[in-house]
Amino acid sequence: MELGRRAGLWLHEGMPPKLLESPAVKVGLSISIATGLYGISFGALSVASGFDFWQTMALSLIMFSGGSQFAFIGVVAGGGSGVAAMTAAALLGLRNGIYGMQMNALLLPKGKLKYLQAQLSIDETTATASGQSEPDEQRRGFWTAGIGIYVLWNLFTAVGALAGNALGDPKQWGLDGAAVAAFLALLWPRLKGREPWAIAVVCAVATLLAVPFVPPGVPILVAAAVAGVFGWLSHARSDEGLEPDIDPYAHGRGDSGRGDSRRGGHGEGAE
Amino acid sequence: MNLWPWILAACVLAYATKLAGYFVPRSLLKNPRTMHIAGTMTIGLLASLTVVNAFAAGQSLAFDARVGALVAAAVALWLRAPFLVVVIAGAAAAAGLRLLGWG
Repeated sequence: MELGRRAGLWLHEGMPPKLLESPAVKVGLSISIATGLYGISFGALSVASGFDFWQTMALSLIMFSGGSQFAFIGVVAGGGSGVAAMTAAALLGLRNGIYGMQMNALLLPKGKLKYLQAQLSIDETTATASGQSEPDEQRRGFWTAGIGIYVLWNLFTAVGALAGNALGDPKQWGLDGAAVAAFLALLWPRLKGREPWAIAVVCAVATLLAVPFVPPGVPILVAAAVAGVFGWLSHARSDEGLEPDIDPYAHGRGDSGRGDSRRGGHGEGAE
Repeated sequence: MNLWPWILAACVLAYATKLAGYFVPRSLLKNPRTMHIAGTMTIGLLASLTVVNAFAAGQSLAFDARVGALVAAAVALWLRAPFLVVVIAGAAAAAGLRLLGWG
């Protein structure tokens, strides 16, 4: 009930006159379709790897993290053990913990809503939400992408699992290219100034260098660690008066900006 | 081999990892340095996800039709195309190059 009331509050207050005019909703819907369609390839590949329909659906419904899911079935298809599959999936999913931390700080979910929000804290929803600058837009982006991807990913997993390879290779439709484009499009608006470019280039190079040496998924964690160290050091420099060029969370700092709008729009803060 | 126990264990781990992030104290994230690092990490993760999706094939690197998607998306972004157009440009480039027999 609490959950419903709060979600309802968000829907009521967050709804602009025309929802489709919200840039965050547009991005959320686009990424839902691009990502959701890719569920066909997961469903088809999972069944081809020897998983039955419900095992395939359990992975999409409960695990709900594309990279981890592909890793799990990939290890089994390659002759790996159940524990190896679980380990690969868990390693790949570690970044979702970082996303959870960021989404908790950015969207400030109240009460039990965080248990639902946690399940939707994945690459695409985090990227969509943190790509917006207004708190309401961040929330709309997160939930549009989250609910949209959850529904479509599971729907198309089922289609893929049932239809098998009759649909052909999703690569034939360029869906892997769509994923590349989507992530670049989410990164692009952040590349303002020298420091963001430097971070992006260094992390991209670190990722490519790591790919041959560590299991799939881990290069992303390597990049996260590199970016973390970079941020630690560049913040130290900014303490000495050199302001960094980037500040994606500027509106969330101090006592103005997001703090005020939240107090005004959503009642007293939880903390 | 019955995979159900491992599937369910992996699912529980996946959710626990996501949820764990929500129990990191928010005060830690109010610290300006932490927020700055969160910002740099977002850029790092997005850059990493972009190149992983463009160049990684398991544990090796590949130079295939996905590179075309990366270039097409960059051109579309340079021309200030909206998000959906960028995504379609990426998909069309990859599909087109494969139709021509590359990658």
